[in-house]
Amino acid sequence: MKQLEYDRLEQAIGEITGMAAEEGLDFFPMRYEICPAEVLYSIGAYGMPTRFSHWSFGKAYQRMKSEYDYGLNRIYELVINSDPCYAFLLDRNTLLQNKLIVAHVLGHSDFFKHNAMFAGTDRKMVDRMAVFAERIREFEQAYGADEVELILDAGLSIQEHVDPHRRFGRKEGFSESEGGSKDVIGFIAGGSRTLQDWQREILYMLREEMLYFWPQMETKILNEGWATYWHLRLVRQLELGDAEILEFAKMNAGVVQPGAGSLNPYYLGLRMLEAIEREEGREALFEIRETESDVSFLRNYLNRAMIEEMDLFLFQREGAVYKVTDRDAAQVRDTLILQRTNGGFPYITAMDGDYHSRGELLLVHRYEGLALDRKYVDRTLPLIHRLWGRPVHLETRTESNHPLRYLCTGQYVTTE
Amino acid sequence: MHEPLFVLSQEDWSLHRKGELDQQRHSRKIKEAIKNNLADLVSEESIITSQGGRILKVPIRGMDEPRFRYDTSGKKQVGQGNGGTQPGDVLGQASPGQQPGQGKGQAGDQPGVDYYEAEITVDELAELIFEDLQLPRLKPKSETDLTVDDIRFNDIRRKGMMGNIDKRRTLMEAVKRRALSGYTGAGPDEPAASGPRYGAAAEARFPAAGGDGVRPEPGMPALITNEDLRFKTWEDIRKPQSSAVVLAMMDTSGSMGSFEKYLARSFFFWMVRFLRTKYEQVQVCFLAHDTEAKQVDEESFFTKGESGGTRCSSVYELALEVLEKQYPPQHYNAYAFHFSDGDNLDSDNTATVGLVQKLLEQVNMVGYGEIRRYGLGGRLWDSMSQVEHEGFIRSVLREKSDVYRTLKDFFGESAAV
Repeated sequence: MKQLEYDRLEQAIGEITGMAAEEGLDFFPMRYEICPAEVLYSIGAYGMPTRFSHWSFGKAYQRMKSEYDYGLNRIYELVINSDPCYAFLLDRNTLLQNKLIVAHVLGHSDFFKHNAMFAGTDRKMVDRMAVFAERIREFEQAYGADEVELILDAGLSIQEHVDPHRRFGRKEGFSESEGGSKDVIGFIAGGSRTLQDWQREILYMLREEMLYFWPQMETKILNEGWATYWHLRLVRQLELGDAEILEFAKMNAGVVQPGAGSLNPYYLGLRMLEAIEREEGREALFEIRETESDVSFLRNYLNRAMIEEMDLFLFQREGAVYKVTDRDAAQVRDTLILQRTNGGFPYITAMDGDYHSRGELLLVHRYEGLALDRKYVDRTLPLIHRLWGRPVHLETRTESNHPLRYLCTGQYVTTE
Repeated sequence: MHEPLFVLSQEDWSLHRKGELDQQRHSRKIKEAIKNNLADLVSEESIITSQGGRILKVPIRGMDEPRFRYDTSGKKQVGQGNGGTQPGDVLGQASPGQQPGQGKGQAGDQPGVDYYEAEITVDELAELIFEDLQLPRLKPKSETDLTVDDIRFNDIRRKGMMGNIDKRRTLMEAVKRRALSGYTGAGPDEPAASGPRYGAAAEARFPAAGGDGVRPEPGMPALITNEDLRFKTWEDIRKPQSSAVVLAMMDTSGSMGSFEKYLARSFFFWMVRFLRTKYEQVQVCFLAHDTEAKQVDEESFFTKGESGGTRCSSVYELALEVLEKQYPPQHYNAYAFHFSDGDNLDSDNTATVGLVQKLLEQVNMVGYGEIRRYGLGGRLWDSMSQVEHEGFIRSVLREKSDVYRTLKDFFGESAAV
């Protein structure tokens, strides 16, 4: 970036930052980094500037790179929940794009700082993940990259099964007697008799990373809605030239565009917040950004009028096409809530680490109306077996709500 | 002190290449997955009809990260329209395995699709398929088939063609001679302050013909003289290159349905490709038969449909005739592969087996592939099973993925023994 552009950007950031603070946003100190596209999509693929190596990140990287190269998808910014808060700007952004993005990431930063789901997150995670990466590199040298990959593959397959709410000092969602531990990855790391210490350490590191990412998965709609609400509000207050107004309109339309048959969280969150503001005033929004997750936000605020205004509906595959089935508000809302419950992942708990008194592992899927995909059970249970070293049982239910149990004694999965 | 509200910086990111490295790891995984899926890919229709350099998108199952996820197939999902959407509206075509209705996800928060579309060219795919294949039981044939494959420079002489001059040795000789003659000036690689500078530029000063050499300053020994010249000479590398002929024999009778013909042609498609990729001197001879057999060109072999009854002996008779007239066994490694649905005239089975046995005396191998979707083998299969010869291999093909297995049966390690 040329010095002149750089100076103008710096000035614009100062202006927008001052406006945001005046409007009542309270954000972490910001660190804006200007970087080329490759850096932006590698950070996007890894979720962090420095993180351990794994082929799945390479896959995400390749996808982002080709989407960028083919002009299918353009990442303008990335923001990281940290103190100071890191925001990465693409070096080819125009000044106007950067203005919009700065306003947007200030919204995110304010959200990170105030939303209850984020209260327990480690704001120094940028550094800790770099330490994890270094640690895993040491393991690769000591035990071989292939050995490390075996554990990472297995660990990543259950990484979503952590217990984020222990961070609020609450007892686990279900008590031991009724539901076992939601912290499946921790249960396995602590209870497995076959894992070596370095292998346990990897599992605990994966758990830490997931606990850090989890609040973002729980607040996708609200967080993006909030940031979009603010970039609109702040940029509208800027004095823009005609060309800039047109560019802003185009870019904004791209961000909040509802896709055919798909849900855009930016749009959904924004329109809900705008509707609430009309009804209850601005103060209500600040309260929502502090206390709600996506699930509670949808449950408490998504009403019939909003669903109709946004043209939300239910659809289903019928033969070779997708067809709209109904527009009943309550059903739309409940389906949406179910999709967002537990970050969209099946709720699984570790019930027993000495099942049958033979050191076997019993996992239970808390069935909520959606059956597990058998193809994925077939591929995931053997990885858990790799970590546990003994037979693994998984209790769940079929689509018609009949009890169903899977057993994995090694490579293959059978029904019990 | 007050912390500033923001810092703007622009760093040098040139060391950031971890994504590339992990991408290579991923590519290796894709290659492994493709290898594990070869049986399915071999009989993909879109591949068989495509050109070598074309990039194919091949669906590979099990390339996404395993995790527990819901079975959403047939489940209702939430979508969003542009207003006025009504029940019954069609949103779009469903592609197999596609997961619709997901928002723009960030890494890890949305379930992915359960297959991965890898990009690969037909040539790359062919390479993977052919990796372990070979013409089995090759025997050296007559001396005339030893062909010159390459040349190797392995000797240095004082005479030769200027094109083959060995510059380094020639210079060395010149340096030696000039040193012996008492000249203390610089050698070609040691520029001295007093003498003319030579170095890489010296090469440009080589005599254009075997002349007297260059003498830059009077009184100095010539830089290079005829006696300094050294030439490289070469030797032919002769590879025992046995010529081979493969007889591609296919039943095109009316009982061969489109599925049966498709399987036979898939096999021959890869076979021909494999032979042309790996061997320079393999000829393929196409024989089609119903009650009568005839030699056809490649294009009609792969495209034309026939009808009529089946007399398998006809194609074996023709095979023997073709070998005798065009490819005498003392000069050729010959192979015969015959595909049929086994629905042969009963009275013809014994004759066929007799001809197979006769053919086996002439060729390295006979492969018989019987394509039958259901049930047990008919009488031709039973009759064929009486043939006891180590050069005879039978294979049953029931589904598309059996094409790859048959390729392995006929050209893999086991056939080589």
